[in-house]
Amino acid sequence: MYEFLKNLDRRWIFLLMFVSVAIPVLFELTFPEKATGLAKAVFDEIEALDPGDKVLMAWDFDPASEGELGPMATAFTYHCATKGLKMYYMSLWPVGPQMVDDNIANVINADFPDLEYGVDYVNLGYKSGYEGVIKVIVTDLRALYTTDAHGTSVRDIPMMRGVESIQHMDLIINVSAGYAGTPEWVLFAVTPYPDLRMVAGVTGVQAPMLYPYIPEQIPGLLGAIKGAAEYEKLVMDAYGGPDPPRKYFKGKLRMGPQLVAHIMIICLIIVANLVYFTGKRRGEVS
Amino acid sequence: MKRLIPLWITAIAGVVMIVSYFIPFTQGWGEDAGIYFDILAAIAFILGGGNILKIHLKKISDRVAGWGYSVILLTAFLATLFIGLGKIGVHPNPQYPGYTWSGYYRQMDTPFWWLYEYVFKPLTATMFAMLAFYIASAAFRAFRAKNIEAVLLLGTAFIILLGRTFAGVWLTSGIPDDSAFAGLKIENLSVYIMQVFNTAGNRAIMIGIALGIASTSLKVILGVDRSWLGSGEE
Repeated sequence: MYEFLKNLDRRWIFLLMFVSVAIPVLFELTFPEKATGLAKAVFDEIEALDPGDKVLMAWDFDPASEGELGPMATAFTYHCATKGLKMYYMSLWPVGPQMVDDNIANVINADFPDLEYGVDYVNLGYKSGYEGVIKVIVTDLRALYTTDAHGTSVRDIPMMRGVESIQHMDLIINVSAGYAGTPEWVLFAVTPYPDLRMVAGVTGVQAPMLYPYIPEQIPGLLGAIKGAAEYEKLVMDAYGGPDPPRKYFKGKLRMGPQLVAHIMIICLIIVANLVYFTGKRRGEVS
Repeated sequence: MKRLIPLWITAIAGVVMIVSYFIPFTQGWGEDAGIYFDILAAIAFILGGGNILKIHLKKISDRVAGWGYSVILLTAFLATLFIGLGKIGVHPNPQYPGYTWSGYYRQMDTPFWWLYEYVFKPLTATMFAMLAFYIASAAFRAFRAKNIEAVLLLGTAFIILLGRTFAGVWLTSGIPDDSAFAGLKIENLSVYIMQVFNTAGNRAIMIGIALGIASTSLKVILGVDRSWLGSGEE
């Protein structure tokens, strides 16, 4: 056994990981979620808004991180739509508008058919320039956004009337998978204009780097699929009704594979250390 | 001249951005510079496309190892570009039925949408998902409790890995929420590590990086550091 583990082919590890993820996915293993302070803070920031308040929904991610960030984006849209907030979607990522389209199709068009494009929500689309875009739109939105994603002039969009810059937004919600994303929104929007409020949902890799901004610049933060599952629970408990659709529990569903994979990784590390110390005792490892 | 003009552009743009931050009267200058930057960023896409063509056509022409991948890349690149820019299969916008190109380029059931939905999306998602396999393999091979620092790292990793799942909650569910030991519950320990140790470490790193960026930027703006101009050789 020792010899087998000492020279373990990495393909066995790949197989173990595949099984660890596949079984919970196939059997839809779910576990209870308890919201932590940061998820509650995100929920409370949106709860504090009144119907008709303006929310900038900056969807800075792409299909690569959709698995991690898609559920929280869905929950954000559902929460804002339920509260009757005006949703202004935009993206600093080239494929971001497709993520917006998915949210509009799966949440707004499917469950809020009364909401009208241009009146209740608008997709401003993608602009190149990363933080350069934020730097400009924080004082003059129309300098860059003359049309929405469909090419309609912003002058013809009712909900754009009176919106000269993103300082007119009551809240910024940013879902971010990297550069440009939450750090850039903090540096170029929220820090120079402290009246702007912002909450964010980010990947697990990005979350540790954003803790220094809590709670001054970012009052609430959702970290990866765990944060999404907690926030989903808060939103669905408050607004989901007796039998909410399954699509609003994707975060919770994805916590199953995460749990098994994490335990598998811990077991692998323990086994690897047992092998290491056995080798050391036998004098095979220096 | 080839080096002098970029140096002056950088110096002027840099000074304008700094001045516009501190002097309200000059705020508009900074906004103008920002708009120029965004226009340049859009033009960079064309340069990027040209660069892809140049590099991969050369690889194909020289028949270097793996040149077949360059063929696949260029075929995919040109096909996507042609279909997207040409709005192939896109129906005209109902408001402007007479204009063939007036439709939304991401319309459903068009070739561009199909490429995105059935090629780009699964490929990028797969690439990202592969990380899980490599992380597991790397954890098995690299994490060894060789010294005190490594033991601390391992312990922290275990707490965070467990604390981010229901396993952590379940393992320490015996500790009452209102007891003096509630802080030892794994989910609370995980939050404590992230909010105290991680924040302190990250703040120190961020302050260091910020000071480094400020000094490097000043060197670039003042023309002391010219390495970004390249060697000047083709």
